[in-house]
Amino acid sequence: MSTLIESPPAPATPGSVLDQPAPAPEGLPEWFTARRTAAWQRFQDLPLPERTNEKWRFSRIKEASLEGFTHAAEPASLADPHAEHVLDKAVARLAFHNGHLVSADLPENQSGLTVMPLEQALRECPDLIEAHFMKSETPLGSEKFAALHEANALSGVFIHAAKGTAPEDPVEIVHYFSGCQGAHFPHTLVVGEDNAEVTVIEHFVSLDEESAFVIGVSDLAADGAARVRHAMLQRLSTSSKAILINTTSAGRDADAKSLLLNLGGAWVRTESVSHVTGTGANVNLLSASIPGTGQEFDQRTYQIHKAQHTTSDLLYKNALFDKARTIFSGLIIVDDGAHHTDAYQTCRNLLMSDHGEAHSLPGLEIKADQVKCSHGSTTAQIDPDTLLYLKARGIHDKTARKLITYGFIEEVVERFGHEAAGRLLDRFIEEKFKALGA
Amino acid sequence: MSDETTMVKQLAAEKDDIGNFQFPERHKYDAGTGLTPATIDYICDVKQDADWVRAFRHHALGVFESRPMPTHWATRDLENIDFSKIRYYLSDGERPKRSWDEVPDDIKQTFERLGIPEQERKFLAGVEAQYDSEAAYSNVKEELSKQGVIFVNSSEGLKEHADIFRPWFGKVIPTADNKFAALNSAVFSGGSFIYVPPGVKVKHPLQAYFRINSENFGQFERTLIIADEGSEVTYMEGCTAPKFETTTLHSAVVELVALKGARIQYITVQNWSSNVFNLVTKRGVAHEDAEVRWIDCNIGSRLTMKYPGVVMKGRRARGEVISIALANDGQHQDTGAKMIHAADETSSNVVSKSISVGEGRSTYRGQVFIPKHLKGCKNNTECDALLINSKSMTDTYPAISVHGNRHATQHEASVSQVSEDQIFYMMQRGLSEADAMSLSVNGFINDLVREFPMEYSAELKRLIELEMEGSVG
Repeated sequence: MSTLIESPPAPATPGSVLDQPAPAPEGLPEWFTARRTAAWQRFQDLPLPERTNEKWRFSRIKEASLEGFTHAAEPASLADPHAEHVLDKAVARLAFHNGHLVSADLPENQSGLTVMPLEQALRECPDLIEAHFMKSETPLGSEKFAALHEANALSGVFIHAAKGTAPEDPVEIVHYFSGCQGAHFPHTLVVGEDNAEVTVIEHFVSLDEESAFVIGVSDLAADGAARVRHAMLQRLSTSSKAILINTTSAGRDADAKSLLLNLGGAWVRTESVSHVTGTGANVNLLSASIPGTGQEFDQRTYQIHKAQHTTSDLLYKNALFDKARTIFSGLIIVDDGAHHTDAYQTCRNLLMSDHGEAHSLPGLEIKADQVKCSHGSTTAQIDPDTLLYLKARGIHDKTARKLITYGFIEEVVERFGHEAAGRLLDRFIEEKFKALGA
Repeated sequence: MSDETTMVKQLAAEKDDIGNFQFPERHKYDAGTGLTPATIDYICDVKQDADWVRAFRHHALGVFESRPMPTHWATRDLENIDFSKIRYYLSDGERPKRSWDEVPDDIKQTFERLGIPEQERKFLAGVEAQYDSEAAYSNVKEELSKQGVIFVNSSEGLKEHADIFRPWFGKVIPTADNKFAALNSAVFSGGSFIYVPPGVKVKHPLQAYFRINSENFGQFERTLIIADEGSEVTYMEGCTAPKFETTTLHSAVVELVALKGARIQYITVQNWSSNVFNLVTKRGVAHEDAEVRWIDCNIGSRLTMKYPGVVMKGRRARGEVISIALANDGQHQDTGAKMIHAADETSSNVVSKSISVGEGRSTYRGQVFIPKHLKGCKNNTECDALLINSKSMTDTYPAISVHGNRHATQHEASVSQVSEDQIFYMMQRGLSEADAMSLSVNGFINDLVREFPMEYSAELKRLIELEMEGSVG
């Protein structure tokens, strides 16, 4: 059942990502190559975001420069595909190293569930991909980078759960990155048809301390009453940069949940757009970020309600250590006619040092009636009363602080509501605390 | 029921009527339409400005012209302002009168219809009434003058009390702050310059009343209030204009300086007619232990963009913005607050409530900034929006920046409707649907209305009731 691919495909000639897109292999569907060409043109035509652009407010915009980044080279030795497969059970596992498929452990006799590398899927079921591949716009400011992704994307995974399919265990995907100044374009597409249920756990991991630039796109589509879960565990090296673009769409009575655990990277911008398009749909957006010195996490979200009786709930938590910097900019948009919408947005910043910097821009735009919307944002340090309470019970100051911070972040993990994924998340959170000396 | 309908109509007509009348124009000085350096020179000549004021205005014109419209974040409706069709200065060339008897009849009638002299007798310590570009009437109670309180218009302030006002003029809001502040700096005229000496507590409010009478006109008053150490003052302003077919522009700059331990309270009830673009920059500086409070109520205008700010410059300074906005058909109330913490232990509070009726749109835009190396800063922001009809719109765009962990900020916003249960409950007890709605809306803003002086809060409640008429059923 396990297939170890021995000779990875011929590597692309290393060259600047600004000069040319990665060459596409032969035999891909025509529409796909046409999309790549068009996207490359778009990338060249679009200007770099400017400082005055509201969608880039507070962001260290110069970090978005791709100057000097080249198409990631084929690594000299491939990563051990089993090193990071840390879920006890998974219905399918795939590992990539600098975009090259390292291993694919795909489901057998799982009727209804399709999990395959994107390139293979493009050859085997091009119509399914075409129906969903980068369908929606990138409204949050990174349209230039989304175009670059579209022009280069080939490595990644396509997951399709047909009507009523509900595998018990999650799909696990690992993307390893290594080498100096490499640009990477991992793509994930998850489609859940009516009444299907699927959970995807994804890892982005740096294998060295070199700087990588990851422009990743993950699109989730949940049709009628489907349940789609997606967790992204970002553990890039602290010199790496990333722009992670996520689009979630929820149809009638669908339930979509996405979680982002942000631990690594020098500068990571995340753009998350939810389209709540079907009556009765519910979307949950979760994020936990633990940045330290030299790290900036720039988080942008849209919750767009287009149908009646829909709900969405966002919870973003940032625990800022040392000289960390975070930006949260969220907007709930309730379209004309999306009556009876319940939409909530909460951003909480816990500042662990006097040098941290937290910016929050929680926003609402309401054009409908009978709407219940609220947002809240707080920024504070550890509550001294809580700390005193623990210390009065003999718990050491350092341990008490760690406990409180852990509890603060844990709410996000709990809301994701997946036990095995939760254990994994906790492990990495713990590791990050250790690295920060907490 | 039909009696009630007639009454509602009458009331609505009365509301429109409050400011909707016009007297013929009789201007001795008219700077013409459009804005060029010659317009500036014309204004300077008429006002006999000092050379430094002339230079200040010309510099500001350059800044105004070099700045783009802020449409990358603000509404595109701003593009409908045609600066070349606006008249920038109109006056009859008379000095402000100290007694109502001397005020020309048509102007007197204007302000009498608006109830100004009556209010002055009742509860005001001083009044200034501005008619188009210049003040028609300005008076302050004698005992206050004796205590050294200065209450004059901008020209007089810069000419006769330059030693007091010049050091602060254009310091709280520099010319280059934004495009409209630059426009005001170029063509400002009228407004109030107030100085309150140390320790003087002005018991009754000072009031200014702004009236636009002429079509295609731009009113650019400039206000500077300096409260010296330990003093206290409350200032109120009201505004109306007749309903013209064409657009009218009102772009004021208001600077407040509260020195050590001083308190300034600035109250605005804005009821411009629905053709007025109201683009105002208001900011106060609060020194040690001082307090600046903006109480801002926006009911009129076509588009209001106004974000009163407080720079808390001294330890333990406090800033507060209380804002009520009501947006009806064709109106966009884009209001908010700006709180800049620049010293330790400063605290700020923003409470904003907006109501959108019909196709009205209300927006809250806020900024809270706590820079590095400070400790003990606190901010609380609450914004609540009420949507009355299915086409009403509301937006909230706050920005909160906190550096360091020795502060606490919280922001909360909610959007809701008047609950059907509530309306049903009241109708069961014999109230009409309109009355029930009106009562609900007044309940929503009740705790803020209480912050206004009594006379104003009664007026405010009535204005809101009138705006709500016809919005249901």
